[in-house]
Amino acid sequence: MTAALDFVAWLGRFVLAACTACGRLALFCVSGLSHIVRPPFYGRMFLRAIIDIGYTSLPVVALTATFTGMVLALQSSTGLSRFSADSAVASLVVLSVTRELGPVIASLMVAGRVGASIAAEIGTMRVTDQIDALSTLSTNPMKYLVAPRLLAGLIALPLLVLIADILGVMGGFIIATVKLNFNTQTYLRNTLDFIQTDDVVSGLVKAAVFGVLITLMGCYQGYNSKGGAQGVGQATTSAVVAASVLILAFDYVLTEMFFAR
Amino acid sequence: MTNANPTIRLRGLSKSFGDKKVLDGIDLDVATGTSMVVIGGSGSGKSVLIKCILGLIEPDEGVIEIDGIDVLKAPREQRMELRSRIGMLFQNGALFDSLTVWENVAFGLLAQKKCTRSEARERAAGVLAQVGLAASVGDLSPAELSGGMQKRVGLARAIAAQPEILFFDEPTTGLDPIMGAVIDGLIVDCVKRMGSTAIAITHDMASAVRIGDRAAMLFKGRIVWEGLASALLDSGNEMVDQFTHGRREGPIQMELRK
Repeated sequence: MTAALDFVAWLGRFVLAACTACGRLALFCVSGLSHIVRPPFYGRMFLRAIIDIGYTSLPVVALTATFTGMVLALQSSTGLSRFSADSAVASLVVLSVTRELGPVIASLMVAGRVGASIAAEIGTMRVTDQIDALSTLSTNPMKYLVAPRLLAGLIALPLLVLIADILGVMGGFIIATVKLNFNTQTYLRNTLDFIQTDDVVSGLVKAAVFGVLITLMGCYQGYNSKGGAQGVGQATTSAVVAASVLILAFDYVLTEMFFAR
Repeated sequence: MTNANPTIRLRGLSKSFGDKKVLDGIDLDVATGTSMVVIGGSGSGKSVLIKCILGLIEPDEGVIEIDGIDVLKAPREQRMELRSRIGMLFQNGALFDSLTVWENVAFGLLAQKKCTRSEARERAAGVLAQVGLAASVGDLSPAELSGGMQKRVGLARAIAAQPEILFFDEPTTGLDPIMGAVIDGLIVDCVKRMGSTAIAITHDMASAVRIGDRAAMLFKGRIVWEGLASALLDSGNEMVDQFTHGRREGPIQMELRK
């Protein structure tokens, strides 16, 4: 009987803690997003964030997108040839890249790179009193540190994904035409015939949501880090793990919203 | 314990973290234009006290008045206005790594839109000179500075907007005795020149005597003694005597953390 009561008590505490954590994250998110549209605006911080998130992530996103497109063309050709459906390679590559692989892979790469960096930077500011110093200097830390990063994530990720889409499709095209001996014009025509505006737009909307998720988790974990170097390390790990899981979870939700019939 | 016209007036200030009561009914007055030094051992609640007055931590109970305004009941705009009249030197400087030294010093001026960026840069050079640093230091990043220079830059940032109230959190911690004396001298000069009201927390007795007009000792969240800072080393209070002379035996016993 006592063991059962202990279990119920533990379960209750767990549920309460989970609800508290969700509530805190939601309030943090609302506060951060609301500061995007309320002055004062910190243009320099926004520019710095957009360079950190967008420009410096470009090489890694470009490389992963290109290789993903190349592998996709190779694998789909192998599979589809068993059903004599080789002509579907172009459409499969373009749809997969624009709808799913472009946004998800680019976002996961950015989550690992930028999410960790944001959490580490803000976490270090927290444990070295720099965030308290901001408050004493008449500056709202949410407005100065969080809002510019959220806005930069919202804008930079769709741009990165647009580039990833182009390079992913190009990677598939190179493998299909050079290695698999597809006719260049036929492959291009199949690609352009199958792609629709909705495919690209849905991927870009996903990217914008993922951009907010990545920066939100980096900022949230960093802002709430405690206990010196170890706390900053934990915040960094938590930011990357949480952002990665949320990207995959929201990918399903958004796909369901866009394409479920 | 009561002054005629206190700039800062605390009554019954209490704060707990979980079961641990960090501040337990603090009553304290700091008169306009004077410096109050709060001494006490590690974990006695000194930093929490300052953070409560600054509004960085919400106390559980009590009254904090600055110039007669009840800070805890004041509307947000009034609290922001009060905060703009306060400067703070943090224990480790808390300089912003991503900014240069002059941007750190001018941060408050730019945040309060008191001047343009070029004017702020000029004023930062002037304030750096006040704390004994050349204008060329302004272009360095905080990571390139020694501990003593970081403290000076932190002090320059705290006084840049000519605040009426100054807080100093362990201003000499981590510095050698000579640099500690230099920082103390700069603090006294700045406070006297600007006519500011100051609260410093420290467990460096030499620093406490140099900086303070008055002093108070915090122990287990309570003020156990208050008097002239010059009387610190000969207070007649057993706790203060044990603390200031660094004696192992006395009423203050080290407790094992549970």
